[in-house]
Amino acid sequence: VENVWLLDRLSSKKAALGTLYLTATHVIFVENGSETRKETWVLHSQISSIEKQPTTATGCPLLIRCKNFQVIQLVIPQERDCHDIYISLIRLARPVKYEELYCFSFNPKLDKEEREQGWKLVDLSEEYNRMGIPNNYWQISDVNRDYGVCDSYPTEVYVPKSATAHIIVGSSKFRSRRRFPALSYYCKDNNASICRSSQPLSGFSARCLEDEQMLQAIRKANPGSDFIYVVDTRPKLNAMANRAAGKGYENEDNYSNIKFQFIGIENIHVMRNSLQKMLEVCELKSPSMSDFLWGLENSGWLKHIKAIMDAGIFIAKAVAEEGVSVLVHCSDGWDRTAQVCSVASLLLDPYYRTMKGFMVLIEKDWVSFGHKFNHRYGNLDGDPKEISPVIDQFIECVWQLMEQFPCAFEFNERFLIHIQHHIYSCQFGNFLCNSQKERRELRIQERTYSLWAHLWKNRADYLNPLYRSDHSQTQGTLHPQMAPCNFLYKFWSGMYNRFEKGLHPRQSITDYLMAVKEETQQLEEELEVLRARLANLQKSQLNDNSVKSKQEDRSKRLGLFPSNNSLANTPQEYSNDLKSFPSRSPSQGDEEDSALILTQDNLKSSDPDLSANSDQESGVEDLSCRSSSGGGCLPSEDSGKDSDEAVFLAV
Amino acid sequence: MEFAELIKTPRADNVVLHRPFYLAVEGTLCLTGHHLIFSSRRQDNAEELWLLHSNIDSIEKRFVGSLGTIIIKCKDLRIIQLDIPGMEECLNIASSIEALSTLDSVTLMYPFFYRPMFEILEDGWRSFLPDQEFELLSSVTDDWRLSCINKEFSVCPSYPPVVIVPKSIDDEALRKVATFRHGSRFPVLSYYHKKNGMVMMRSSQPLTGTNGRRCKEDEKLINATLRPGKRGYIIDTRSLNVAQQARAKGGGFEQEAHYPQWRRIHKCIERFNILQESLIKLVEACNDQSHNMDRWLSKLEASNWLTHIKEILTAACLAAQCIDREGASVLVHGTEGTDSTLQVTSLAQIILDPRCRTIRGFESLVVREWLQAGHPFQQRCAQSAYSNSKQKWEAPVFLLFLDCVWQILRQFPCSFEFNEQFLILLFEHSYASQFGTFLGNNENERSKLKLPQKTMSLWSWVNRSEELSKFQNPLFEANSLVIWPSVAPQSLQLWEGVFLRWNRPSKFLDEAQEEMINIIKYNKELQAKVNALRRQLAEMETDDRMQENL
Repeated sequence: VENVWLLDRLSSKKAALGTLYLTATHVIFVENGSETRKETWVLHSQISSIEKQPTTATGCPLLIRCKNFQVIQLVIPQERDCHDIYISLIRLARPVKYEELYCFSFNPKLDKEEREQGWKLVDLSEEYNRMGIPNNYWQISDVNRDYGVCDSYPTEVYVPKSATAHIIVGSSKFRSRRRFPALSYYCKDNNASICRSSQPLSGFSARCLEDEQMLQAIRKANPGSDFIYVVDTRPKLNAMANRAAGKGYENEDNYSNIKFQFIGIENIHVMRNSLQKMLEVCELKSPSMSDFLWGLENSGWLKHIKAIMDAGIFIAKAVAEEGVSVLVHCSDGWDRTAQVCSVASLLLDPYYRTMKGFMVLIEKDWVSFGHKFNHRYGNLDGDPKEISPVIDQFIECVWQLMEQFPCAFEFNERFLIHIQHHIYSCQFGNFLCNSQKERRELRIQERTYSLWAHLWKNRADYLNPLYRSDHSQTQGTLHPQMAPCNFLYKFWSGMYNRFEKGLHPRQSITDYLMAVKEETQQLEEELEVLRARLANLQKSQLNDNSVKSKQEDRSKRLGLFPSNNSLANTPQEYSNDLKSFPSRSPSQGDEEDSALILTQDNLKSSDPDLSANSDQESGVEDLSCRSSSGGGCLPSEDSGKDSDEAVFLAV
Repeated sequence: MEFAELIKTPRADNVVLHRPFYLAVEGTLCLTGHHLIFSSRRQDNAEELWLLHSNIDSIEKRFVGSLGTIIIKCKDLRIIQLDIPGMEECLNIASSIEALSTLDSVTLMYPFFYRPMFEILEDGWRSFLPDQEFELLSSVTDDWRLSCINKEFSVCPSYPPVVIVPKSIDDEALRKVATFRHGSRFPVLSYYHKKNGMVMMRSSQPLTGTNGRRCKEDEKLINATLRPGKRGYIIDTRSLNVAQQARAKGGGFEQEAHYPQWRRIHKCIERFNILQESLIKLVEACNDQSHNMDRWLSKLEASNWLTHIKEILTAACLAAQCIDREGASVLVHGTEGTDSTLQVTSLAQIILDPRCRTIRGFESLVVREWLQAGHPFQQRCAQSAYSNSKQKWEAPVFLLFLDCVWQILRQFPCSFEFNEQFLILLFEHSYASQFGTFLGNNENERSKLKLPQKTMSLWSWVNRSEELSKFQNPLFEANSLVIWPSVAPQSLQLWEGVFLRWNRPSKFLDEAQEEMINIIKYNKELQAKVNALRRQLAEMETDDRMQENL
């Protein structure tokens, strides 16, 4: 469809005229104008809602909200076209079969072997080995090998050695969806562990001997402690209400040596509404400070984030400081339990704060234990009441921790944002379906690619420049502050206003430091070369054979610095050259917003799928961005100005 | 008066000091004329705490049996608690502190007694003189002149002796204009934008009154800053409503009819006790120990602090935008022209002028736009967030300005030569200091107090390389451009470095800062090494070539 307007939320002046394309996988908007062919690509699977608004004189407005918090406002001249687009998008955004999803057609041009290697990057049995398991207390159980006991659990489950198959099966019958207690994290140093399960089917008085034995076995697997904590992450009221349905929580009298604890994290419906409310605040047009803060508070979002974090802190403390094992559950044990277990693991074990470790963590606590990705993130058309930002909240918890411990994580904010993006994008197979069983049936690993390999390949983009593996913050358990007066839970504009670049800091410390580090590395290499050359030269001067070695050296250097091949020999020119070092120039460049462009570029080139579906296309986009900035007149600089103007001049 | 008279108990032993995030320490408390000194006698962690009496905002005492407790709340927002055995000692100490922290005579303040322990390389009192500023200006334009009309502070008591005014306006006209402006603060040059020759001026409100008085000289003066056929903007920092009400008290605003070339824009920046109350509420919220996230946000909202930040920044951006984007000259004023006016003019310069983002440039800005421009520091910073006095003239105007600078710094972390610590330093010293810089309410008072002769300037101390290095931003790379901050609520944050400073352990953030410094330091070292090697190589190669040519 031609002559479509793409509106800018912040400024009416900035609307762009262009052509809208619908493909099998993307909505693409291409701006008119020969020089800057700006393109906006949106994956169908990212579309969260489409809204047709009343026709105005200029055309028919269409509002597309995305799951990665992008909001796109289009005005289409013909109502008929608009209606057609609307109908097609509704259909395209809600596929009914897994096979319709993008990951089955996405082809990053890797051969079979590379794909298989990619899937092997994260290996959970290796991870349990890393924790020190199997050992004297814990073993791998094959009781669920054909998903015979619990279809939402993985085939390989780690349980206490004293828990026989009989106990496991017995316990599973007493637990919602048969999700029996299984090991999530084991602390080598003191034998304390984090186990997870679903709620017991205790009703008002039911008991189960095997389940009691199961908990006993968990306690015994930690000889240093004479009790275990059972943490129910639900508000007490919710848990009590469940008793009427024959479910509920553990009765301390029936289980010997447990300490029972409620931690009130709200259910998926409350969280969904909370996010909804917060996004409404984000979408407000030029809100006042009060509107914003009041709306943020009213959404309750940060309160929920804090509740999850507090639960994680409680468990980490029990394990690390008290040396007590913890059994965590909620209702089904696949949402709040996953959040809390993974936050606790992250606090406890520095490994999970590395890039690889974080992938492992998500794979362990979320993917393998049957977090219902398909239902929660609406990959296939389904019950809207099942949708909830469960893993988004976990990702935000990580970000909040990064704000508090800037040196503790190997990865940066961009890493989190891209993971969030791909949980919804369905471009990679990792997060498809609701359980391992379904994924195996679909032969995901043979038919799709792994996100982890993709992120790993581009890991340079996701590094936190402040991370050092020998830094004190990267050792041992993190002890976050809990009270708001000690540490503020902040609104994450980098995530929820991700596409409104104007709101973000205009210069990125991370990018700056990364460029410095990159330069440092090149300098180190150059220093080596220079030293060698100097030695060479000294030798050759002795040998009176200088001409030859000089030529050799020159070619060597050119090889090392392909981007700097105009490198001159005099020191002055060198320092000039340093000034125009490609990755650093923006911070001292012609326009302050060029820094902004750089980050956009990074985002695109490191993750082509954000706006385009192949490297080639993102390359084109990169070029257009660069060439326009080279031209001296920066579109985005102007846009920044415009949007600001709109704000300031609202007299 | 002797301080000894006020000190009833100069020393108390076995005092226990409590501070957040530190273990309680036992030690000795000493009172001197200007300091409260606590020193712990324990050998393993001997430490001393020196607190200026003038930093004490309020003190509370409590008794449990014969054990007295004094809670001291400071103007830099810190709270400490001292347990003092003995009812009488405790009462004596409390009343001494109270008396010493509320001395009413300026000349008894510490700066008059302070003797510097460092070598003075540069007299800060002479570091930023108007003549130097004018010299810079005259190198780019000769439309302006330095007027000594206010030499004896005879025309305007709150202006400095020399001011920069349009060349075409003589002193006689200035005198007339002074009678037409509140507190005689006639329009003067605040900033000249080299890029396009546009200017920002500041003044106080015109005294139009209810019957619409006008002053031809005033009109002439501000019109003299316009290019032929161009329009200018008057930014009134009050809402239209407030400006209209001001007429009843003899004040007012520029009527369109008399100033046809000017477009007036009203912005609403709060003043006085509204700001002070906002600060009190904010600090109360920040000190609340409860664990509830919800109440925190509503308290933050109710304090309105960030709303004030947003308003001030928006007005400053507007002024900058008029100058840089619209190519128009701007006149900024509110009522007196000593508070919100200065916030706007100084922030606009930070946005427009890269020089103001350097350490020296920023110091110069503070001197020009705050100290010389007559912001009444002594009145405004008499008390801080814990005061009970509620005097109308107390207001965190300067702190709000610093907070706004911090907001811009956060958005442009690589464009400032100074770091957050530098801003915090200025906040501290504006409320309590060993230096005379922020004493007095204007240049007139400062000269009467003979501050340059009798006290040390903050700039003398801070501009030495050993101090400066603490305030340097490792990420700084000169950015010659206009920097446009975002004023959206999502982009503005609570300044934790000030408001949560004493309530949070800063270890992890400090470590991050240190890490940054190290990364950049290492890079610079390598650069130097590589450069040296290159030079050496180049020399050897030339030698070689010369040999070949031979």
